Amino acid sequence: MSLLDVQAVDSFYDDLQALFSVNVTVDEGTVVAIIGANGSGKSTLLRVIAGLQPARSGQVRYDGVPLANLPAHERVARGIALVPEGRRIFPSLSVLENLKVGAYRRRPGPWTLDRVVDLFPLLRPLLARNAAVLSGGEQQALAIGRALMGNPRLLLLDEVSLGLAPTIVRQLYAGLPAIVSAGTTILLVEQSIDQALAAASGMYCLLEGRVALAGPPAGLTRDAISAAYFGI
Amino acid sequence: MDWLNALLQGTLLGGYYALLATGLSLVFGVMRLVNLANGDLAVLAAYVALVVVRATGINPFLAILPVIVVLALAGYLLQRLILNRTVERGPLPPLIVTFGLAVIIQNALLVVFTANSQGLDAGAIENASIDLGNGLAVGLYPVLTLLVAVVTLGGLSLFLGRTRLGRALRAASDDREAASMVGIDNDHLYGVAMAIAMGTLALAGIFLGIRTTFAPSDGPVSLIFAFETVILGGLGSLWGTLVGGIVLGVAQAFGNQVNPAFQLLAGHLVFLAILLFRPQGLFPRAGVRQV
Repeated sequence: MSLLDVQAVDSFYDDLQALFSVNVTVDEGTVVAIIGANGSGKSTLLRVIAGLQPARSGQVRYDGVPLANLPAHERVARGIALVPEGRRIFPSLSVLENLKVGAYRRRPGPWTLDRVVDLFPLLRPLLARNAAVLSGGEQQALAIGRALMGNPRLLLLDEVSLGLAPTIVRQLYAGLPAIVSAGTTILLVEQSIDQALAAASGMYCLLEGRVALAGPPAGLTRDAISAAYFGI
Repeated sequence: MDWLNALLQGTLLGGYYALLATGLSLVFGVMRLVNLANGDLAVLAAYVALVVVRATGINPFLAILPVIVVLALAGYLLQRLILNRTVERGPLPPLIVTFGLAVIIQNALLVVFTANSQGLDAGAIENASIDLGNGLAVGLYPVLTLLVAVVTLGGLSLFLGRTRLGRALRAASDDREAASMVGIDNDHLYGVAMAIAMGTLALAGIFLGIRTTFAPSDGPVSLIFAFETVILGGLGSLWGTLVGGIVLGVAQAFGNQVNPAFQLLAGHLVFLAILLFRPQGLFPRAGVRQV
């Protein structure tokens, strides 16, 4: 049985439809990438899964159970954590406090403060620092670390690479295998394809709110992916 | 010597204003809610204390605990059942709703307790004083009030800075949606914040009731003092609230020193001057969103 099953989900911003009958399946212990251009509905899909945005029809099944109208904070308690677009760290809290507040629900699991800092050593000298003064890459590491502190079973990563230098992006992606081997499944969203596809065993390409292409990246040609990505 | 005395008495008076403003400051700091019923809730607390004291005959100081419990519970319910429906819709709906609440409290108190002034009798402590020599003396009760204000603000500051719940409150204050992403139930948390705020208002109400007589229509004046205190100190800053209270108290005491008729006017003038030249207050909280 798959950990996450998104079935025929439609979602709207007021009258504007953002998702059209989207189906996505994520098996436990895997990394799945959702790629697509700006405005293709990737972030909306993650927000629907995290419970921040309602699905007008269709359903999200997690661990075999439909989540229906379960609020976002209850989904965190069940093990769904979102690293949102823009990182959204708490600017008036210190780095350490940001990590601690990530463990607010006290979900048991392998991730502790020490393990998170071991995974992203760049955070160690910054712990006492105010989170607002961090660089973009440091904030992104903190945002992922904060989500891990909640010991998620399913980690949703929204545009980890957005606005970051390639070196720091590589550093962050290098942490993903350790997260998966600790027992967390990852669903990530990216605009930049290469990094995402190298990390993922499954891929969905969204185009204007619809799944235009799906399958394991290894079985797809570059041409097929760019055709689905750009809609040509 | 007279001015030194005024400074001393004004500082002590500031403790009372800080106590009155703590709830207002906390609630604004956490959820950007301006509680226009702040003063009336303090007066309500004084009446609740009056009921407890009349029913049991205990000293009003011993009524502090039950009154805090009653007000805190009422605060949690008020937030969960009514105010949470308004805070997400911008700053105006909570203003209107808490204004309405203020009117309801005033009129309900009028119906139940009539317009007659009431008082809480705490016994000998009300008139006890400490002689500082050189003709200076301070009342034991005002000193106690300032002490309670400092302990309340210090306790609250430790709670916000050091505990899991306090951390969550600050996180929710930064970014409500991001808070829900780490599993924080904002509705519950706001209820907790209002419960704490009402607990401090219970304290303020009892100190108000012992300090002076009170009537159902006294809330709005208390609100103005609390409001000026919060703005003077800086929005959302707890220790700023203490300083704001003291600045207001000292301004009033100095005004009183010049001419007893100038007491309130002097406080308002200092408030207006700060608003004009330093609108963010004396100790603005870093990164606070301007409303």
